[in-house]
Amino acid sequence: MPLLDVRDLSVVFQRRGTRPVAAVDGVSFTVEPGQTVGLVGESGCGKSVTSLAIMGLLPRRGNTVTGEVRFEDTDLLKLRPAELRDRRGRDIGMIFQDPLSSLNPVIPLGLQVAEVLERHQGRTRREALREARGLLDAVGIPDPSRRLKEFPHQLSGGMRQRALIAIALACKPRLLIADEPTTALDVTIQAQILTLLKELVDNSGTALVMITHDLGVVAGLCDTVNVLYAGKVVERAGRHHLFAAPRHPYTDGLLQSVPRLDADRGGRLHQIRGSVSDNIPWSEGCAFAPRCDRVIDDCIGETVPLLGGALRCTNPVPKGVRV
Amino acid sequence: MATLAENKRRRIEELIARTSEAGGVSLFRDAGRRLLRNPTAIVGGVLILLFLIIAIFAPLVAPHDPVQRFPELTRDLTVDHIPGPTAGHPLGSDPLGRDFASRMIYGARQTLFVGVLATLIGLLLGVLLGAIAGALGGRVDAIIMRLTDVMLALPSLLLAITLVALASQSTQWTVIIAVAVVNVPIFARLLRGSMLAQRESDHVLAARALGVKRHDIVLRHMLPNSLTAVIVQATLTFAVAILDAAALSFLGLGDPDINRAEWGLMLGVDGVRYFEVRPELAYFPALAIILVALGFTLLGESIREALDPKNRR
Repeated sequence: MPLLDVRDLSVVFQRRGTRPVAAVDGVSFTVEPGQTVGLVGESGCGKSVTSLAIMGLLPRRGNTVTGEVRFEDTDLLKLRPAELRDRRGRDIGMIFQDPLSSLNPVIPLGLQVAEVLERHQGRTRREALREARGLLDAVGIPDPSRRLKEFPHQLSGGMRQRALIAIALACKPRLLIADEPTTALDVTIQAQILTLLKELVDNSGTALVMITHDLGVVAGLCDTVNVLYAGKVVERAGRHHLFAAPRHPYTDGLLQSVPRLDADRGGRLHQIRGSVSDNIPWSEGCAFAPRCDRVIDDCIGETVPLLGGALRCTNPVPKGVRV
Repeated sequence: MATLAENKRRRIEELIARTSEAGGVSLFRDAGRRLLRNPTAIVGGVLILLFLIIAIFAPLVAPHDPVQRFPELTRDLTVDHIPGPTAGHPLGSDPLGRDFASRMIYGARQTLFVGVLATLIGLLLGVLLGAIAGALGGRVDAIIMRLTDVMLALPSLLLAITLVALASQSTQWTVIIAVAVVNVPIFARLLRGSMLAQRESDHVLAARALGVKRHDIVLRHMLPNSLTAVIVQATLTFAVAILDAAALSFLGLGDPDINRAEWGLMLGVDGVRYFEVRPELAYFPALAIILVALGFTLLGESIREALDPKNRR
């Protein structure tokens, strides 16, 4: 049985007097225990909204969430707020993009790590602080005793993200959702953080949902990858498969847009035409059609189903074209 | 040559010492340190400290009892003549033959007491209302905000006058409460604004993602981060409160007790009535009020500057 089973999840934003916008439009995917699953796509494709919907962190007003988010045996969407609060941080941890703004600027680091232990494991302040020292040590923060007393602004970017990872993993959750955890860090630190994440989830058997626009992150970390476009999964494949033989023109376009050392000198980098806002509603065909290089007449008309549960395209890139 | 290298090494060590010093310090301690280096803050702080010392040790500082009438002063007292400085009375007499210098010194007590208490009460009520509005949002927020709108729509002094008039008998406390209430909407709005901003902040989202309980989110994560603006506003309000209380006394709405020595009262009643006979009766209370207000304003401004995260190193 999968640990997390997201079925037909939709999030529709609507403000009074405006047209409803489906930020997430019938997304389904599963995460097995201990597995690492990627959600990939460019800005505005619904990655973050998906993660917030799973955690029940979307604002109370102005949106409608439908579908099912089954975590083990419970549908998280049906839980009362208090029950959901008990699970957040204990069963499911989350790491956010910007480590500085995700930490409370006026509380010393130690208390922020201790808070979650006090909340979910009924530890006393003293026990929690002792445990916090061990946690900081485990995520590779040097001199943890000193760091416990320091404030977020006194730490470096990498250390802050390590601290956030420590907080997210403090209660040994079975699932960790990481929403672009390396975006705000510089490249050398990115690599360290990814290695650390991989190590920690591998050792603890925690499942990881990795949300990113960085294909390099996906390549290094994920077992399965879901490519999102305009709120729908357009392609799902194992990591090796996806990189070796992308079938959806969008996936293919993304991969070709990555600069490569072995590309021709002086050649122009591939780009996908237009932007995410240049799409048509899924009900009238493929949302990617206006930007697609392989668009054919059949792409317009009706919704393209997720063929074989893995590919949403009427004219996919033929197998074995790319080397 | 050796000294040159030595100098260089010492210089580097100095620099390292300075950086590590700046690195290992909390927001408030750092702000405090910057405050001590700021001449404006020191001038403001020294002014306030001076008046506080005078207020606390008034019985030791003052040469006489502020309510006692002295025969040597009342002897020469007429409508057209109020005795000036003499040997025992450095600032001369007030219109009732009391020692003016002693009354000025005891006045610091009354005036600071009114200013500080009015500010604290206003701060407390304002923070309470603002925190509730900002934390709960929705309908509660709307109701509290409309209430403050009504209060802010009236000129503050007019509102204070109305409040004093509503009380059957005017005492010192009526003035304090009136001045406090006038400041409540300002504190409430200020805090509510920063609470709303906090509610949308990443670290509050992160706390929610950890399942932190709602009251803990409000009290531990939102409130402490929202207080900076209110703290600064409070220091500035001290000055305004003293001036407002003085204005109420000036208008004859303060405590009717003629024995009370308060600068606003001294300026407003005696100072104005006998201005042509002895203008000093107006000058000294006015000067004292201006200096205290200046002290609080200078300190408040520097605290605002010191707490501004953009000024951090």
